[in-house]
Amino acid sequence: MKHLLSIADLSRIDAIRILDTAAELARVSDTPMKKLPTLRGRTIVNLFAEDSTRTRISFEAAAKRLSADVINFSAKGSSLSKGESLKDTAQTLQAMGADAVIIRHGASGAPARLAACEWMSGAVINAGDGTHEHPSQALLDAFTIRKHLSQGREDLQGLRVAIVGDVLHSRVARSNVLLLTKLGAHVTLVAPPTLLPVGVESWPVSISYDFDQILDSVDAIMMLRVQLERMSELFFPNAREYSRYFGLNTERLNMLHPGAIVLHPGPMNRGLEITAESADSARSVIIEQVTNGVSVRMAILYLLLAGDTSIEAGL
Amino acid sequence: MTIETKKTLIKNATLADGRNSDILISDGVIASIASSINDSDATILDASAMVVMSGLVDLHTHLREPGKEDSETVLSGSRAGVKGGYVALSAMANTSPVADTAGVVEQVYRLGKSAGLLDVFPVGAVTQGIAGKVLAEIGAMADSDARVRVFSDDGNCVSDPLVMRRALEYVKKFGGVIAQHAQEPALTAGSQMNEGIVSATLGLKGWPAVAEEAIIARDVLLAEHVGSRLHICHLTTAGGVEIIRWAKARGINVTAEVTPHHLLLTDESARSYDPIFKVNPPLRTEKDVMALRAGLADGTIDIVATDHAPHPEESKECEWQEAAFGMLGLEHALSIVAATMVETGLMDWAAVQDRMSTAPARIGGYADHGRGLAVGAPAHLTVINPKASYRVDRDRLQSKSRNTPFHGMEFTARVVATFFHGQIVYQEGGNA
Repeated sequence: MKHLLSIADLSRIDAIRILDTAAELARVSDTPMKKLPTLRGRTIVNLFAEDSTRTRISFEAAAKRLSADVINFSAKGSSLSKGESLKDTAQTLQAMGADAVIIRHGASGAPARLAACEWMSGAVINAGDGTHEHPSQALLDAFTIRKHLSQGREDLQGLRVAIVGDVLHSRVARSNVLLLTKLGAHVTLVAPPTLLPVGVESWPVSISYDFDQILDSVDAIMMLRVQLERMSELFFPNAREYSRYFGLNTERLNMLHPGAIVLHPGPMNRGLEITAESADSARSVIIEQVTNGVSVRMAILYLLLAGDTSIEAGL
Repeated sequence: MTIETKKTLIKNATLADGRNSDILISDGVIASIASSINDSDATILDASAMVVMSGLVDLHTHLREPGKEDSETVLSGSRAGVKGGYVALSAMANTSPVADTAGVVEQVYRLGKSAGLLDVFPVGAVTQGIAGKVLAEIGAMADSDARVRVFSDDGNCVSDPLVMRRALEYVKKFGGVIAQHAQEPALTAGSQMNEGIVSATLGLKGWPAVAEEAIIARDVLLAEHVGSRLHICHLTTAGGVEIIRWAKARGINVTAEVTPHHLLLTDESARSYDPIFKVNPPLRTEKDVMALRAGLADGTIDIVATDHAPHPEESKECEWQEAAFGMLGLEHALSIVAATMVETGLMDWAAVQDRMSTAPARIGGYADHGRGLAVGAPAHLTVINPKASYRVDRDRLQSKSRNTPFHGMEFTARVVATFFHGQIVYQEGGNA
């Protein structure tokens, strides 16, 4: 596979290969000399048409640890904010000789359009597109869950994961549903009915409107960011009511069984979907997710670009 | 463009009702229909194995002129029309400026006359600027040279129920009809595609079927209440078909149309994120497509209308959510109707003639059209080869635009010639 656009394009074996490669690369990152020469001379463009600090710097760190040259191309102050079309941007990047484009875009499917068009020939990596997918986030989430809970298994067979919050608008949720279930986990979506998509009944998940009811039967809880503007779009009455029913607080934290972990893709709205005590609790692996993100993104770049055909064929 | 011939004799034609016949055209009218006609003065056209029917009439065409001539002009749209077998088009009002005054509809009407390939009947806007607030000068448009009878804010829904009520009442004065683009705006703000399993996966904002059905239900009740005539544009949902069926059974004066693309394509196409499949109203599910076909076959849906919507390249060469809604229709409509309705056994050619010529002419009040193959009627004819497979090529279109979702698809039936007032205005492989 040439691109990473959607978790749907990965087989279970592809996904495990990425996680295993990330584990290998994490060991390198733990050594004093963090850099590998693997992608020396290769040009990777961070094309961020939507603001995102953490994903961009995570990919940037990953690319630099593999010795690639990184060009950052972000929305503010660039031609993208001046109405340049995706086509013209892509042709510009092609002309500059980009080997890979890591794209964050507000439009669902923008990375798929880049990959399918003839405007550029490099690899396309989806770093979050609209409300569609965020594959590298799901991979780092799965990596983190596996590390903590799989007890040496290569996959997530039998683990129970709850994804809580604004599933409707969440690319993180879509990628995670696809990946976690592919790896054998049982996923429960917890949200008010307004924040679940029509059509969700076709997904291989359980649905619950009652957060309290599922707390003692999950191994991991993934909290989703809730954007306050959803309130004005009538998805829920107000922040207080949202927190009361779907926020993670100390009371709910205490209902989890021992060993259960708490994830959040960030950035968090402390006090809305998660209280500060929950975010900073011993169960929280939120900071570790950030660390793992770099390793997982190194693995993605490595497998897509390193030119090792035996590995690339698998991806 | 046109070949001047006084007399044309079409030999061995298969009429829509299945009869074999010769057809003599003289001075622009059908002079004779008989099993064997001989006329040594006439130009002979051998129509063996061809179906010859009353010329096609489109009740829903976007010709883009005035204002968006980079997409289409009345002339280029006329060329696309005759290639598709059409002899009459209904030019939608959402031009720039909007066709909401006598001046604009007369301009479009005259452009049609000067193109001269087929009849262009302007559709007038219901409200000023198709903004849904204030009635346009409907009477002036009706009394203009264009004699407008069909009014529509197409592209926008006449969503205010009071405005819709008044419009329905007002056009009773001259037997007009309001063609409604049924789309509740509050339920479709920012919507990108049919709301369902595919939109959930793709993360594209959903466009619920109920946004269409709620307006249809409201409007058939309004039409009943004021005793007026309502036409529903581009029906797309199984529920909408049910509501129309119910309304007709109740005696409400409502007609409905379906587009070729909604008879053929589903929301699965959106999985490519290629906005060539982005259209308003959106492509729906397989279940809806089957209900539309059944509704067209049993007459619940009265007509096929193209909603031919040309757009320039850059409007489709972009992200899905940035792209324009709409797709071309004129040049392949007949082929698609044949593929979805005739070759599936749902309809015969007589029903095709009714849904694509007779009924749209009746709804639009186009007296010279849709009269079937009758002696004395204007010789507006569409000649179809039902077994001439071809592949759609977007680089070989008459339209100025290339936004056809049918590129690369293979169809079996196609239009081989079109007669307008007895003149060949299109002939396959010819120079017409």
